[in-house]
Amino acid sequence: MKEKGRFGDYGGFYVPEVLIPVLEELEEAYYKYYKDERFLADLDNYYRHYGGRPTPLYFASRFSEYCGFKVYIKREDLMHGGAHKVNNTLGQGLLAKYMGKTKIIAETGAGQHGLATAMIGALFGMETKIFMGVVDIERQSVNVHKMKLCGAEVVPVECGTGTLKDAINDALRYWTAHVEDTFYLFGSACGPHPYPTIVKHFQSCIGKEAREQSLEQIGRLPDMVVACVGGGSNAIGIFSGFVDDKDVRLVGVEAGGKSVASGNHAATLVAGRVGILHGAKAYLLQDEEGQVTETESISAGLDYPSVGPEHCLLKDSGRAEYVAAEDDKVLDAFELLTKKEGIIPALESSHALAYLMSQKGKLPAETVVVVNLSGRGDKDVGIVEKYRPVN
Amino acid sequence: MKSYKEVFSEIDGAALIPFFVIGDPDFDTSLEIIKGAIDAGADILELGIPFSDPIADGPTIQKADIRALDNGITVVKSLEFIKKVKAHKDIPIGLLMYYNLVYQYGTEKFFKDFHDAGVNSVLIADLSIDDADEVVGPAKAAGLDTVFMVTPITDEERIKRIASKTSGFIYTVSLLGVTGSRNELSGRIEELVAKLKGLTDVPICVGFGISKPEHAAAVAAAGADGVIIGSKIVSLIEANLGDKEKCVESVSVFISEIKKAI
Ligand SMILES: Cc1ncc(COP(=O)(O)O)c(C=O)c1O
Repeated sequence: MKEKGRFGDYGGFYVPEVLIPVLEELEEAYYKYYKDERFLADLDNYYRHYGGRPTPLYFASRFSEYCGFKVYIKREDLMHGGAHKVNNTLGQGLLAKYMGKTKIIAETGAGQHGLATAMIGALFGMETKIFMGVVDIERQSVNVHKMKLCGAEVVPVECGTGTLKDAINDALRYWTAHVEDTFYLFGSACGPHPYPTIVKHFQSCIGKEAREQSLEQIGRLPDMVVACVGGGSNAIGIFSGFVDDKDVRLVGVEAGGKSVASGNHAATLVAGRVGILHGAKAYLLQDEEGQVTETESISAGLDYPSVGPEHCLLKDSGRAEYVAAEDDKVLDAFELLTKKEGIIPALESSHALAYLMSQKGKLPAETVVVVNLSGRGDKDVGIVEKYRPVN
Repeated sequence: MKSYKEVFSEIDGAALIPFFVIGDPDFDTSLEIIKGAIDAGADILELGIPFSDPIADGPTIQKADIRALDNGITVVKSLEFIKKVKAHKDIPIGLLMYYNLVYQYGTEKFFKDFHDAGVNSVLIADLSIDDADEVVGPAKAAGLDTVFMVTPITDEERIKRIASKTSGFIYTVSLLGVTGSRNELSGRIEELVAKLKGLTDVPICVGFGISKPEHAAAVAAAGADGVIIGSKIVSLIEANLGDKEKCVESVSVFISEIKKAI
């Protein structure tokens, strides 16, 4: 490996020996193409005409009225597939194509990354396998169906808790046996090097656009940028645009589940301890001896016990703050944005909105907040219906 | 304490190295099974401390990990377990485990405590030589041998680097994939062992997918210094759950058959 893939002491590539050559191959291909003109032109073309970039920055006046400060929404929910995930799958998919790979695999929690992978599998004519926990298959069935329609095989993962963590376990196991011809399209800015770097790179378009749009539409930078954090890709994507602007507060919102105090949550940065899982040193939800503990969240996409290494460093350095939003508040936020703006947010993204609602009355009225709406909530209406039936 | 070196020099053919998950299916049964395996001819033991997320393991060992964890095995109890095994016989023991458990215990303290309990080496499945600095120093300081893995796709330059950091034996993964019994032996073993023998004097033990006496015989004939058998043995335990005596007996019968074959 050329680089160590470290963010401070976090990150690295803690993987079985058999995966080292493929990670090296991936790292080499990434550094070969990520600034290559033809690659960039290709990617830009797909971003614009297939994915729907740039996405708007929308001033949500009625939601702002409720909060008592100005809320601008970065509309990643309008991306093809319904979430920011396609930014990454187009990038990695194109990389796979340039590398001559014809088989791709991916893990998924909410099914958004799985769907975004299945879409580009269809687009580039690649054989696609998506690993998904059985619990998530049940709660995100619409996305499962869409993946299959795109021609992907959805592999149910029964081991462990049947959620995202276990899907990654089985995808890694499968990859171990198929390293010679398979590209693993990792879904978030976590996992072994070089994924945190690659995924951040392909998601950094969110932050770059949001910064330019802020200057253009608001005439200044926002006071605060807020995003939900599962593995951390949409958050690092938008944070990357503002991280050098020291006066812009960066806030990541994790899944508080029932509550952090109850232990039933997935708030890794808020309540975890440094450990090693899925190839990276990062904050981790674990018991005293280091066994990974079960997580709980209403949103499958945030239901993950580890987190991207760069967020760990941003937390320790104090550059970003991390908080948790509980399921109940998340549902309130889901309902409020829908009622006030006619925008149905993904439950994952609703965590970021829930944080904004919690700041009602606490921030000066002239405060400008940019929130990343990482995805739309079509996939979640069934779950919300269960908790909050509409009569 | 018996060393790997002593075992490899005493044995004519290949050393027999069975793998067990500590505490599978429970502490007492596991201990009896392992004592039986030692009596039936095991030369070295490879023991796993179960982890919640064993990414290098197939379904058989995953299930064993869950059985052992459900029945209350912990890192601290594994220490006690090893002492009991060593009280039965002074046989070299290699641990095979995942990094987080070592890291949480405190790497230096882990190596010291487990060395003192009678462990000869700690192979961390999710730690490659690129990060070996985190463990090689503390391992040596604690008096442990080091063991690293080589796979069929490890290139020569890297094999040499791995060998230079290895003092116990090279754990040669016979195939691309996770642990698990296979019907056919990997076709890559002979070539791989020959290649390794040409590059290093460190003993070469071969594991992954070896599940029959004829597999073991072929690996020994290929020139390996040791044959590691894991999932097949674990599956014998799985097949006899609830019957402690049958667990012990089926494993020791299997070990004797393998012993004869190599
Ligand atoms: C809409 C949406 N937002 C956020 C996430 C969380 O992922 P990340 O933290 O990588 O952005 C997911 C994951 O599935 C998602 O679907």
